[in-house]
Amino acid sequence: MSDLRDLYQEVILEHSKAPRNFHEMPGADRKADGDNPLCGDHYTVYLHMEGDAIRDISFQGAGCAISKASASMMTQVLKGKTRAEAERLFDEFHRLVTGQGLPAEGADLGKLAVFSGVSEFPARVKCATLAWHTLHAALQGEAEAALPD
Amino acid sequence: MMPAAGVPRTGAPLAAHAEAAAGAAPYDVIRVRSDFPILQQKVHGKPLVYLDNAATSQKPRVVIEAISRYYETGNANIHRGVHYLSEHATEEHEAARKTVQQFLNARSPSEIIFVRGATEAINLVAQTYGRSRIGWGDEVLITGIEHHSNIVPWQMLCAEKGAALRVAPIDDNGDVLLDDFAALLGPRTKIAALTHVSNALGTVNPVRKMIEMAHQRNVPVLVDGAQAVPHLRVDMQNLGADFYVFSGHKVYGPTGIGVLYGKAELLDAMPPYQGGGDMILSVTFEKSTYNKIPYKFEAGTPDIAGAIGLGAALRYLSALGIERVAEHEHQLLEYATQSVSAIPELRVVGKAREKAGVLSFVLGSVHPHDIGTILDQDGIAIRTGHHCSQPVMRRFNIAATARASFALYNTREEIDALVRGIERVRRVFS
Repeated sequence: MSDLRDLYQEVILEHSKAPRNFHEMPGADRKADGDNPLCGDHYTVYLHMEGDAIRDISFQGAGCAISKASASMMTQVLKGKTRAEAERLFDEFHRLVTGQGLPAEGADLGKLAVFSGVSEFPARVKCATLAWHTLHAALQGEAEAALPD
Repeated sequence: MMPAAGVPRTGAPLAAHAEAAAGAAPYDVIRVRSDFPILQQKVHGKPLVYLDNAATSQKPRVVIEAISRYYETGNANIHRGVHYLSEHATEEHEAARKTVQQFLNARSPSEIIFVRGATEAINLVAQTYGRSRIGWGDEVLITGIEHHSNIVPWQMLCAEKGAALRVAPIDDNGDVLLDDFAALLGPRTKIAALTHVSNALGTVNPVRKMIEMAHQRNVPVLVDGAQAVPHLRVDMQNLGADFYVFSGHKVYGPTGIGVLYGKAELLDAMPPYQGGGDMILSVTFEKSTYNKIPYKFEAGTPDIAGAIGLGAALRYLSALGIERVAEHEHQLLEYATQSVSAIPELRVVGKAREKAGVLSFVLGSVHPHDIGTILDQDGIAIRTGHHCSQPVMRRFNIAATARASFALYNTREEIDALVRGIERVRRVFS
C-alpha cells in the first residue's frame, strides 16, 4: 500500500498552509492561467523577467494541498533561474512525479524531491504539475496553460 | 452462493414483483450486497466502501449475466433478419423497452427511446424539439442546480437561435425558489428543463408542482431524472412531464444506454435526430420517409446488450421494491448527516427540504481532492470536485466539495468507516 505520509510530507503540508510568493504581481511582464478542469483547481503564475532570467515569480489561486505546495516551492526554486534552467527543472520534476526516473548526470531538484511520493498516486500527478504547466505557458508567452490528457 | 435478492430473469410484468416485494421480509442489505460481485473485493487492503453512486452505480449479477447471456447465446442484429437469432434479439430488445415503459408508467412503449444516456437524451430534445420550436428572442428556463448536461445543450441552442437561457435561482439550502421560477415562466418561455434530483446537493425538486406551474403557462417540461430514477418512484402519469430522461448506468444497468421518455404527440411532431438505418421507412436519392416512433429516433444499430442489461437492472430494482430501497437510502442519508455533524469544521453543503442519496460537504480549509485521496487509502470511494455543476459551486462560493452518495447496497457500517476516514483526514492536516 502506498503510504500517505510519502505524499503528504510535513514540508508539503506546511507549504500548503502557508504558501510562499502567494500574491499578485503588479507590473509582471508575463502571466498565465492554469486550470485543471477535472477538479476546478486554478492558479495564475506571474513572472518578472530580466533578459533571459526569472527575476521575480509569484502565484495566486486555489487548489488542493499538493498543487498549492508544488506552486509555492516552485516559486522558491525558480528565482534567478534562466528560462532553460526552469524548463529543465520542469522536465526533471515531471519525471520525478510520474516515476520515470531522473537523468543519469543527476538532478538539480533539491528540496523538490519531497514530491517523489506523488508517483505512487497517479491521480494526483496533474495536481503536482499544474503550476509548472502554467509557468511553462507564461515562459512561452501564452495566456493559458495546456494540460496534457 | 445465495440466490439473488432480485430474481426475475425476463418477461414477467413489473407490478407482480412490486407486490411480492411489498409483502416481503424487512430489507436485507447483506443479502442485497451478495448480488453485487464487485462489492466483495478489497481496495488498498481494505474492504471496498463504494460511496460514489451518483457518478455510477455497481451492477448486480443478474445484469452482468443478462449481458453475457445475450452475447453467448443471443447476439444478432435486430429489426432486419428473418433468422431465429435476429427475431429473438429483436424480442429481447423490445421486451426491455416494455420494461422501461412499465417502470416509468408511460402510456406506450413507443414513448420510450433508447439513447446513450441522459446527456444524449437532452441533446436530442434540444436539437429536435428545441431547434424546430425555439427562435430569436425566445427563452429556455432551467434551475440553478442543474448538471452541466442540462445547461450546455440549451446554451448551444440559445446561441444558435438568438434565444435566452433563464435560470431560476436557489436559496442557501439548495432549494429552488419557486416564486422566482413562476415569475420566470413568461410568454417567450418555450421549454423548461429541470433536474428531478440534484447530483451535487441531493435536492429533490418538487417537479410535479413545477410541471403544473409550467403547464398553466403552456410551457412543456423536460425532467432530468438521472439522479432520481435509482432512488424514487417515478411515474409519468403522476408527474405529467413532457420529456423525462435518465441513464442506465446510474440505476444498476450498464454504461452506454439511457432513456428518453416523451409524450407520443410531441415525439410524433418532432423532426428526427440522426439519420441512418432503422429510422426510415423508405429511402430514395430524392427523399426518405421516416419510421414511426420510437424508431424514428433510433438511427443505426442500437446498444442491444445495453438495453437488455438495463431491462434486467430495472426488474432487479422493482423486485426489491423502489419504496423499500428509498426508505433504506433515506435512513442511510439521515444517519450519515447526523454522524458527520459531530465532526468539527465539517460543513454539509445542500440542506434542502427533501433530499435523496447525496451528502456533499467541505472540511475546514482541506481541499476535497486531498480528502478523496486519503479516504481512498482506506478503500473508501467518494467523488471530489465540482461534480459537473460549477454554477452550483459558485453559488455556494466554493470550488469543490467532497460527495458521498448512497445506493441500495450501502450500510451504516460503511458510513461509520467514512466518518473514521474523515477523522483521519483531520489528523493528517492538523
